[in-house]
Amino acid sequence: MAKKKTIRTIPQQRTPMREQDPHERATNFTEVACGYSLDEALRESERCLMCPDQPCIRGCPVNINIPGFIQKIADKDFRGAYDIITATNLLPAVCGRVCPQENQCEGVCTVGESLEAVAIGRLERFVGDKAIAEGWTNVPYIERNEFKVGIVGSGPAGMACAADMAKAGCDVTVYEAFHQPGGVLRYGIPDFRLPNDVIDAEIRNLAKLGIKFECNTLVGRLFTIEQMIDDLGFDAVFVGTGAGYPTMLGIPGDSLNGVLSANELLTRCNLMRAKEFPYFDTPLPLGHHVTVVGAGNTAMDAMRVSMRLGAERVHCVYRRSKTECPARAEEVHHAEQEGVEFHWLTNPVEILDDGKGGVRGMRCIRMELGEPDDSGRRRPVPVPGSEHDVETDLVVFAIGTNANPIMGQTSKLKLNKWGYIGADADLATSVAGVFAGGDIVTGAATVIEAMGAGRKAARSMKAYLGLRDADAPYAGEGKAGAGTLFGIDVKERNFVRIRVA
Amino acid sequence: MANFEIVAREDFSDVTYLLEIRHPLMARAAKAGQFVIVMLHEHGERIPLTIADYDRAKGTITLVIQAVGKTTREMQEQCKVGTSLYGIVGPMGIPSPIGHVKKVMCVGGGLGVAPIFPQARAFKQSGAYVIGVIGFRTKDLIFWEDKFRAACDEVILCTDDGSAGIMGRITEGVKRAIEKHDDIDECVAIGPPVMMQGVAEATRPHKIKTIVSLNPLMVDGTGMCGGCRVKVAGQVKFACVDGPDFDAHEVDFDDLITRLKRFVPEEKEALERWSETCRLRSQVDAPTPPAPKETDLERY
Repeated sequence: MAKKKTIRTIPQQRTPMREQDPHERATNFTEVACGYSLDEALRESERCLMCPDQPCIRGCPVNINIPGFIQKIADKDFRGAYDIITATNLLPAVCGRVCPQENQCEGVCTVGESLEAVAIGRLERFVGDKAIAEGWTNVPYIERNEFKVGIVGSGPAGMACAADMAKAGCDVTVYEAFHQPGGVLRYGIPDFRLPNDVIDAEIRNLAKLGIKFECNTLVGRLFTIEQMIDDLGFDAVFVGTGAGYPTMLGIPGDSLNGVLSANELLTRCNLMRAKEFPYFDTPLPLGHHVTVVGAGNTAMDAMRVSMRLGAERVHCVYRRSKTECPARAEEVHHAEQEGVEFHWLTNPVEILDDGKGGVRGMRCIRMELGEPDDSGRRRPVPVPGSEHDVETDLVVFAIGTNANPIMGQTSKLKLNKWGYIGADADLATSVAGVFAGGDIVTGAATVIEAMGAGRKAARSMKAYLGLRDADAPYAGEGKAGAGTLFGIDVKERNFVRIRVA
Repeated sequence: MANFEIVAREDFSDVTYLLEIRHPLMARAAKAGQFVIVMLHEHGERIPLTIADYDRAKGTITLVIQAVGKTTREMQEQCKVGTSLYGIVGPMGIPSPIGHVKKVMCVGGGLGVAPIFPQARAFKQSGAYVIGVIGFRTKDLIFWEDKFRAACDEVILCTDDGSAGIMGRITEGVKRAIEKHDDIDECVAIGPPVMMQGVAEATRPHKIKTIVSLNPLMVDGTGMCGGCRVKVAGQVKFACVDGPDFDAHEVDFDDLITRLKRFVPEEKEALERWSETCRLRSQVDAPTPPAPKETDLERY
């Protein structure tokens, strides 16, 4: 073991990640961030202090052993690093790209107190990409049991829950309404942030655990949750259908043809490949001056997609200031680099008709920040008389989503007052054997939070089915295999003394 | 991945055709008024089609399709018995409420005749007196007249050119039905937006509750994109999950008709490109190129 590292001896600067040139990338759908090379990853791994406190593990929604895998990278044991990550997270290549690490592991990193935090996300992605390139998969020994588990929705929550239940030995089937699995990873997140082959690789890994994916299946309508339990023989069901149902602003002109939700734009472009029209049949509304309302991560995706589709100008209209903007700082920075024009403290009041059913412009009003509201952010209030018109021919709403009503319409699941599925602390719903998690419980959140919810629901499902939870009581207890017999922990052994006659 | 095999096909005219698709689970779940989303191939678009019939015993569902755009023409060419669709998902939407009404008028215009049929049959089974009003442009396009005669107590047939039944638009048939029966409790109408708007205006003065099934442009059909939003009683509704059935007297049809034209240039481009490919291909294969006839933008 090398000499103990201190904050003074580690590389002081965070290793930057190479990116495509902003001007060039604004015209293509190839990934923006190029990932670490071997040398860069090794250098960055040196920056981890291996502090005994390990705040990063607590900062991670799925509690990845972060210092553990970084140490393995430093030791050039990449397979070992992959093994450590996949013990808790099956999708390192996805999470390394799309997690908001600055609010999670990197936000609490000890190094980050005096220098820039260790680039945990970039290292995770390095390991994930390496695994895809090398074709690594970790298929643990699975002892089959007789339980059948159904997962509704193949997005991040569903995938995480499916993986845990499959590892526990259950026969797992994942249902997806679209023709391809992946949920929001597929239809929502654009290729330049998360390439499709990364999703395909991660789904292949899940299939290797024995998980079956059934696409073109709209649960609720083709068969209900209750039928899954009563007729189709599922012992437990997890509902992770996501939030869905985009919000419209409810201002005059919002049903004009040049107005659409970010979900529609992204689904057409990403899942249906409308950007390759007419080689793919789905068309896409193209705008010369695109205006995106909202400043969350989805809004950033919509703007950057519009840029790549050939818009001359892309505007972002947001009623609060940059400080309150909910998107990741990195995303805003990327969008700015690519030429998106931000109009902070501006709110649309009317979308103007071009007389042919399309959009001619948008009337906006300036806002100023008043007293803090319930969310703790300062409430934007309109400045009287500050109306002005913005020239635009395509308006994209990225102002959040409401609960998708299908589950509520078709099952006896109890909903909360906002229409989301009501679940207790263990993510159990009002129907026995049915668990729910992700955006359909909490409202729109992040990929990793949904995965965390999927894993939490899996723990509850195991408890409900009476399955032994391999993770919970034994985590961090020496080396795997030590002190166990046939995988049974010492404390669980129940030897009976027998007397030999 | 499931296999969605086409087990039967019938051509009603040179533009209208019927496909019967094997999908036992959907045949069991389908109810009158619901729709499916079909993808012909991997590069295809997702198109919504209303379920025209289902056979629980055989495990099949029936779709009646009019070849108007690129995808529906391509389907007309490629969907032979024994072939399979790339994807079909459903049944989607809230099933039509088949209440306990005494007398009901089921109005189907053009292709809308197909999806109105399961409703007429369901009303008949619930014990109602069913008046079927069906309309076509001309005699050659008529289909399922026999099915309607079998399922309804009374059938009024209209053609625009008078080549069969009453001459005139379907609203003519609706007016006659209302004149003859002053005790109609409910009217259900499916067809092109202009026709549904006409029916809504015909029943409005008589205060007959009228339900229409809207078929706007859709992508996912699960309430996720909002592309299918319609204005009903001044409120924004998503046809895929809040409908597709709505109160005809509250629907903003002008908004619907405008929104249906969202992608007209793209639809035209796709169709022209496809027709050109077909023409070139048929020149290689056979000397007679089938020139596709230009029909109006009619989704039913």
